[in-house]
Amino acid sequence: MVGASLAGARAAEALRREGFDGPITLIGAEPHLPYTRPPLSKQYLEGTWGRDRLELKAPAPGPGTGVDFRLGTRAVGLDVARRRVRVSGPDGAGEVGFDGLVVATGCHPRTFPGAGDLDGVFTLRTVDDCDRLKAALDGGPRVAVIGAGFIGSEVAGTCRKRGLDVTVIEALPVPLAGALGEGMGHVLAGVHRDHGTGLRLGVGVEGFVPGPRAGDRHRVAGVRLADESVVEADVVVVGVGVVPTTGWLDGSGLAVDNGLVCDAACFVRAEGGGPGPGFVVAAGDVARWHNPLFGEDMRVEHWTNAVEQAEAAARNLLRGPGRAEPFAPPTYFWSDQYDVKIQYVGRARPGDRMVLAEGSIDERRFVAVYVRGERVVAALALNRPARIVAWQQRVASRSSWNPDLD
Amino acid sequence: MRVVVDFDRCQSNAVCMGIAPDIFEVRDDGFLYILQENPPESSRSKVDEAVRSCPTQAISVEEG
Ligand SMILES: Cc1cc2nc3c(=O)[nH]c(=O)nc-3n(C[C@H](O)[C@H](O)[C@H](O)COP(=O)(O)OP(=O)(O)OC[C@H]3O[C@@H](n4cnc5c(N)ncnc54)[C@H](O)[C@@H]3O)c2cc1C
Ligand code: SF4
Repeated sequence: MVGASLAGARAAEALRREGFDGPITLIGAEPHLPYTRPPLSKQYLEGTWGRDRLELKAPAPGPGTGVDFRLGTRAVGLDVARRRVRVSGPDGAGEVGFDGLVVATGCHPRTFPGAGDLDGVFTLRTVDDCDRLKAALDGGPRVAVIGAGFIGSEVAGTCRKRGLDVTVIEALPVPLAGALGEGMGHVLAGVHRDHGTGLRLGVGVEGFVPGPRAGDRHRVAGVRLADESVVEADVVVVGVGVVPTTGWLDGSGLAVDNGLVCDAACFVRAEGGGPGPGFVVAAGDVARWHNPLFGEDMRVEHWTNAVEQAEAAARNLLRGPGRAEPFAPPTYFWSDQYDVKIQYVGRARPGDRMVLAEGSIDERRFVAVYVRGERVVAALALNRPARIVAWQQRVASRSSWNPDLD
Repeated sequence: MRVVVDFDRCQSNAVCMGIAPDIFEVRDDGFLYILQENPPESSRSKVDEAVRSCPTQAISVEEG
């Protein structure tokens, strides 16, 4: 397994559950045992949950039935023909051989030109990122968040819960327009505003403003926008999306195109799109696979998919390509922002029709569905956790839209 | 087997309900209810799946 986070850990666990009793090695660039990331923008950042709540319960490290963790060790290359991963870690450079490989290297944050030059500019992916950001928030700074995606919006909400002054800057006209559609974006913009978060929408970022005095030129003092205005801030969180971590696979002969390209059973394809080696699978944020339920290649950057796909990919790795089963989930994710819980199943595209199916948008308690032709392809529940499972079943069974459905 | 949920962790994401609706139910009040605290042995694989899939690791199983 390369990548010792959620997907890597769950794949290892699934291999054991399916009866595999050979040696398992988990190679992870971070120095930590697998942990869970969603609280990093929510309870852990807020300070209401401690580090212990981030631990993932499985699998156990150690000899015998356990797993050999190579932490703080980065995979730097892959030789498919010789079945070896080249690594670089505390013991220097080396190689790890394998019969089967699970690629679970996830994603890393996209950065911004100049972001690395100034203190006070943060991205948020790892617990170490979060600890640094948390320490900076303790000083009661003014916060600017660049990007009103899921992580940016959640961080803004958490900073407001901590009583901080927050401004969110977003190039699109409303938050999350790409992921959820413009209509939903307007609702979420209202949520930000009602909680006292400043919004600068529809305007791009030009760059960072350094501190004015000689002593603080190394610190950020604000964000300059395309209209030449400046949002003053002591802490800037850059949340402009993530990119799949596939650089280490350069030259491996595997197909990389916005993620590691896989067939419906999560087996990685060869460069050019042909069948791959048959003993390499991918799972989690890094994997772009063909989901037969929607008939499209997709990559999902969410928690539940990492768990489900890791289990499916591990099972298929043991079965081999001949007996493998397609991975065809409706896909689910949630996001908690301020006092709003968003749950989403399915996969909508621009051009799908959005219909209010239940509840009231004004009361911020509703289910909206996305319809393509007659078919319900996705559903979004806002503060209606009781209803999401019913809609998940409809998306999974390719139900058609019928306003009389309850 | 006894199903235990740590309600301090549970965020009502309803993933468990999607897997085993006869055991877990998130109701309109936004809270999770356990419908069967001692489900039959035949439910074990579904309960185990819910344990693994709960985003906050709120579910556990006690034997006996
Ligand atoms: C702040 C935050 C909040 C989130 N909130 C939610 C949420 O509310 N709901 C939701 O559904 N999802 C959420 N997510 C997304 C969810 O956490 C991810 O989908 C999940 O972590 C994906 O797991 P993964 O194992 O595929 O990848 P990752 O968790 O990204 O793990 C990949 C691991 O591989 C390691 N790695 C990378 N390259 C190498 C290499 N060359 N060699 C060795 N190791 C390597 C990395 O260091 C990392 O540890 C959130 C994510 C973040 C960061
Ligand atoms: S999956 Fe976990 S967090 Fe979600 S409702 Fe069930 S117990 Fe609660």
